[in-house]
Amino acid sequence: MSTVSTPEPTLTPTGARPQRVQLVQRVQRQGALVVLVLLCVYASFQFDTFASSSNVRSIGLQASFLAVIALGMTFVIFTGGIDLSVGSVFALGGVLAAWGSQYGAAVAVLLPLAVCGLIGLVQGLIIARGGLAPFIVTLAGLLFARGLLLFISDEGGTVYKVPADSSFRDLAQGSFLGIGYPIWLVVVLYLVGALMLHRTSYGPTVLAIGGQEDAAQLMGLPVVRTKVLTYVASGLLAGLAGVLIASYTSSGVPIIGVGTELQAISAVVLGGTLLAGGAGTVFGTLVGVLLLQVIANVINQVGSLNSNWQDVVSGAILLGVVVLQRYLAGSTRR
Amino acid sequence: MAERTVTPAAPAAPPAEPGAADRGRFRLDGAWFRNNGVYLALVVLVVVNLVITPHFATTGSLRLQLVQVAPIIVVSLGMALVIGTGGIDLSVGAVMALTAAVIPLYLGYGFTGALLVGLVAGVVTGLLAGTVISRVRVQPIIATLAIMVGGRGIANIIGGEIKSIRDPGFRELGSGSVIGIPWVVLVAVVVIVVVRVLMTRTTFGRYLVSIGGNARAAELAGLPVARVLTTVYVLSGVLAALAGVLLVARNQASDPTRLGQLVELTAITAVVVGGTPLTGGQVRVLGTVAGALLMQLIVFTLVAHDITNSVAQMVQAAIVVLAVYAQVGTRMRRRSRA
Repeated sequence: MSTVSTPEPTLTPTGARPQRVQLVQRVQRQGALVVLVLLCVYASFQFDTFASSSNVRSIGLQASFLAVIALGMTFVIFTGGIDLSVGSVFALGGVLAAWGSQYGAAVAVLLPLAVCGLIGLVQGLIIARGGLAPFIVTLAGLLFARGLLLFISDEGGTVYKVPADSSFRDLAQGSFLGIGYPIWLVVVLYLVGALMLHRTSYGPTVLAIGGQEDAAQLMGLPVVRTKVLTYVASGLLAGLAGVLIASYTSSGVPIIGVGTELQAISAVVLGGTLLAGGAGTVFGTLVGVLLLQVIANVINQVGSLNSNWQDVVSGAILLGVVVLQRYLAGSTRR
Repeated sequence: MAERTVTPAAPAAPPAEPGAADRGRFRLDGAWFRNNGVYLALVVLVVVNLVITPHFATTGSLRLQLVQVAPIIVVSLGMALVIGTGGIDLSVGAVMALTAAVIPLYLGYGFTGALLVGLVAGVVTGLLAGTVISRVRVQPIIATLAIMVGGRGIANIIGGEIKSIRDPGFRELGSGSVIGIPWVVLVAVVVIVVVRVLMTRTTFGRYLVSIGGNARAAELAGLPVARVLTTVYVLSGVLAALAGVLLVARNQASDPTRLGQLVELTAITAVVVGGTPLTGGQVRVLGTVAGALLMQLIVFTLVAHDITNSVAQMVQAAIVVLAVYAQVGTRMRRRSRA
């Protein structure tokens, strides 16, 4: 798995034994993958239906929506920021897509992307130019997008349906080589994300901003432009996930996306990206998303647990992972 | 009206705001608006409502407004303490839900028993958040985000659907009053006084803002940083739980799924609009109360004039950003002048 890091003090430990440092960094980066593999092995022995092709396909499809959102969140966290608005923007994208589908598939895709991209742009400009804390701006964005969504859907009373003959339904319901389009889209998006991180000047700039923003500014890197671009991308991707879910469920449900921001953040953190910014991987996030989805699936398989347990388990996992991260970071620094 | 300010360089130093020398003189500049803008806005909005909203100035209407805002004030004051340390507590809504979920289970022990167990829920979550933040040094936003989602899940698991509460104690707390003042409002007033005294007259208050001003310097100066931080999150948890108790008492019902949704945002807004900087180092108790009243009045004004909830929500979002922008703007200009 590939990792890019800026020359930050936490990543060039002095005084610690190199072997131990390597071990710690490996746990940090590959821990989620190990847990994912172990959990899959356990679940396929424990539950007959787990490894069936229909269940695997359903996990993949379910994971694809979160994967799209979490990709944007990954880059935002690289810059040392956070985007709490993604859940609301995701729901807004879904409602706009379902509403727009009556005017054709192109409107259903482009309208949500335009609106969600615009929300990302405004948030990015306020954060990068105005110097406001990302969490408060995106928390306000969460409220605003939810308000706009309620406004469009008659205070949440109307659920727009995608017309039965609309080609828009194929976007998430169709498949190629037996694998649904959303999964292909996720593969393409993550490859593009990895290319952006490693093969363009955007990647190192994002990480440099997360490592130390003042230094990045002094080095003459385009800090404002890069940050704005990152929040636009996060808004666009959250909107795209909304488009996909509207196509998949053939409707725009106003109440989805509550708590999705936490799932996205969890996935990013589980994937080994440091919350402080400045280091991490794109594919780690994908592993994090899959891990969360498999956990949700396993909880569903255990009949006695209801879906609220997913919230409890994701909260506990997030807390456990950040505590572990802090502990590992501390042990390499000393 | 700045209750206590500390410059980052000297954590335990006496209040030393730029321009402290001419504090006695009255000057109508940006700093004055930053410190007192919330009171001015509140007065303006009250006057506007007196003119345009029918039946605004009746005792019944006033009573309703105060009863509605009381739980918000209680949560916001806990949030103000946390923000004063430079942290944030996103778990308050979930703590309210958790309290609402446990109360029906312990009604058998009577009003006091159920009340205490409800408050203990706040102590436990606060202790968890505080320990993880102060000892393990996880960022407050992540620690409390995890508790927000996990706590709401636990509340749903143990609470389930809406339960009506038929307990004379809770009925009295929710709808009773002494000498014409509702109990709910009295509780909020007591909390305001206690927090204000805590911040202006105790060592704890002094430590709290010192940590918010510069945690590292506070640590080097020998302050018990971890203990104070943990206590602050416990206080925030207890106040959120108390707000949950008030709401359960007022609704005569416990609804863990919906109680306290998005309260964290309302509380943060009240604190920020009240003039407490998000960067910490200062806690404005009365400003926070005014901020909560202002936000309540804004939503009331919009809804009273047939503007829908969704639009009111968008207006609230814009106000949050504008309030924080005004703060950051003033501070940046001041820094560039220095």
